[in-house]
Amino acid sequence: MSQVKIRRRVSSRFLASEVRLIAVRRRNQAGLAALAAVPVVIAIAMKVAAPDRTGRGQGGGPDFFSQILSNGFFVALAGIGVELTLFLPIAIAMLAGDAVAGEANQGTLRYLLTVPVGRIRLLAVKYAGIVMGAFLAPLVVATSGILAGLLLFGGGDVTTLSGTSISFGAGLLRLLGVCLYLGVCLTALGAVGLFLSTLTEQPMGATIALTMLTVASFVLGQIPQLDWLHPYLLTQHWQDFGELLRDPVSLSALQPGLLTAGAYIAVFLCAAWARFAGRDITS
Amino acid sequence: MTDLAVASHGLTKRFGSQVAVDAVDLAVPRGAVFGFLGPNGSGKTTTIRMLLGLITPTAGGHELLGRAMPDRAADVLPRVGALVEGPGFHPYLSGRDNLRRVDAADRTAEGRTAEARIAAALDRVGLSAAAAKRYRTYSLGMKQRLAIAAALLVPRELLILDEPTNGLDPQGTREVRTLVAALAAEGSTVLLSTHLLAEVEQVCTHVGVMHRGKLVAQEPLGKLRADAAPMARVLTDQPGAAATVLRAMGLTEVTETAAEASGRLGAAAPEKVVAALVHDGVPVRGFTVQAPSLEDVFVQLTGRGFDVSS
Repeated sequence: MSQVKIRRRVSSRFLASEVRLIAVRRRNQAGLAALAAVPVVIAIAMKVAAPDRTGRGQGGGPDFFSQILSNGFFVALAGIGVELTLFLPIAIAMLAGDAVAGEANQGTLRYLLTVPVGRIRLLAVKYAGIVMGAFLAPLVVATSGILAGLLLFGGGDVTTLSGTSISFGAGLLRLLGVCLYLGVCLTALGAVGLFLSTLTEQPMGATIALTMLTVASFVLGQIPQLDWLHPYLLTQHWQDFGELLRDPVSLSALQPGLLTAGAYIAVFLCAAWARFAGRDITS
Repeated sequence: MTDLAVASHGLTKRFGSQVAVDAVDLAVPRGAVFGFLGPNGSGKTTTIRMLLGLITPTAGGHELLGRAMPDRAADVLPRVGALVEGPGFHPYLSGRDNLRRVDAADRTAEGRTAEARIAAALDRVGLSAAAAKRYRTYSLGMKQRLAIAAALLVPRELLILDEPTNGLDPQGTREVRTLVAALAAEGSTVLLSTHLLAEVEQVCTHVGVMHRGKLVAQEPLGKLRADAAPMARVLTDQPGAAATVLRAMGLTEVTETAAEASGRLGAAAPEKVVAALVHDGVPVRGFTVQAPSLEDVFVQLTGRGFDVSS
């Protein structure tokens, strides 16, 4: 048989296939629907509850509940505040836990590697899928919140945390900024998840481990005696997204969160590569 | 370029203190249909995983199609179709969508021709009618067919098929046999791991036998059988006397029943055995020399039947 010349193309086919694989999965669709449902539930609850109700967002974040009645815009922020401590991390944990462990569990990992898909390329494509999910999830919550809020409470100029007033359009831009900031935070969480996913053949194990790590990180962040530890916690600066609702916006206030996220991404992507590059695939 | 499609040198894998594969020197000539035999747990699948670069060997190395693995995996593996330890697909995708995904992962495959190649592969394994069904609804045989289809998405120079007929009905087994023969006729080398000896006798040109992690035999099929000592059978009404003569002639594993005695011919020539029998006054009613079946050869090499190696 004559030697066949092998040409390797630069192609987005595998990435497109990965996105499709994530998108068509019922579980992921249901998860996204659940994320979108929370702001709707908040909006309805606020509508039917007594007007003097002043709830507080969980996790010590900024309180947007009290403003919902006057402006539907804040449904989105309240939704994000509520979901940030558990729902959003679980969504990323499901996605990231499945990344490598899911393929190993189904026996598809060995076939991808013999195609061949280089191990670094596989990790890169898997992480790209997680990153897309990490940015999409807060956007879905925000969009659902804005729609539900406008419908039930109407819009109007937005009062910032500094007390000034900005237009609804400018408010939407700030909200987009919040989503991007949290997207970066969740991307860092996804890097930890990708690493966990290379350790096991049980995707649920990786998902649960990452969820527990997130919750533990939040809990440790609440203990003042452990303040020496706080700068190293992944979740420590997540609530800083409220800085984007001040006037003027101080971008330097977001720096610690972005730096923490960057450090986590670098460390855990390296760890995932170190673990996966030479691993014996016996699944 | 070498004329070996698969060549390994002292390929060894230890898991902890257990040696799963022990210094295996495989030599599969190009164009061969190589039957890779061995009891369950003898190290076949571990060897195949090492050949494909899924597992790093503890010692030794190997080449596929003349290229060192795993360094040249990106060049070599696109020309190698593989079925490793059963099918593995996404249960919630259809058969066709699963093949689309495998093809999309292949940087050497052309996206434009994907649909046509996928349809051809599905057709070749007789799965066209069920292509739109979700994988989870497939029977074991259909899953196995889909895995073979995935290995045939692009033309392959080497096919490594680990128990391709596992779970197939007799009809399917026959189709796979025909398929393997057709692929070999097209010029592909096939390494076929199996425990169905009938399959090996019908399609393989070469045989390698694994036993407890070691490659205990590796030869063209005809030579393997020729090398194995044939059995001599004497039909007589004095089996006891016949057995004595057979033992005296150096035959081994001599057994006797009511009307016959038999033993494994070693260096002894059959005609001399007959002459000795007649000379000693043993009435010979019939004398046959039987080439051993592949199963006999297999049991001789591995010491026992298809038990799990410990």
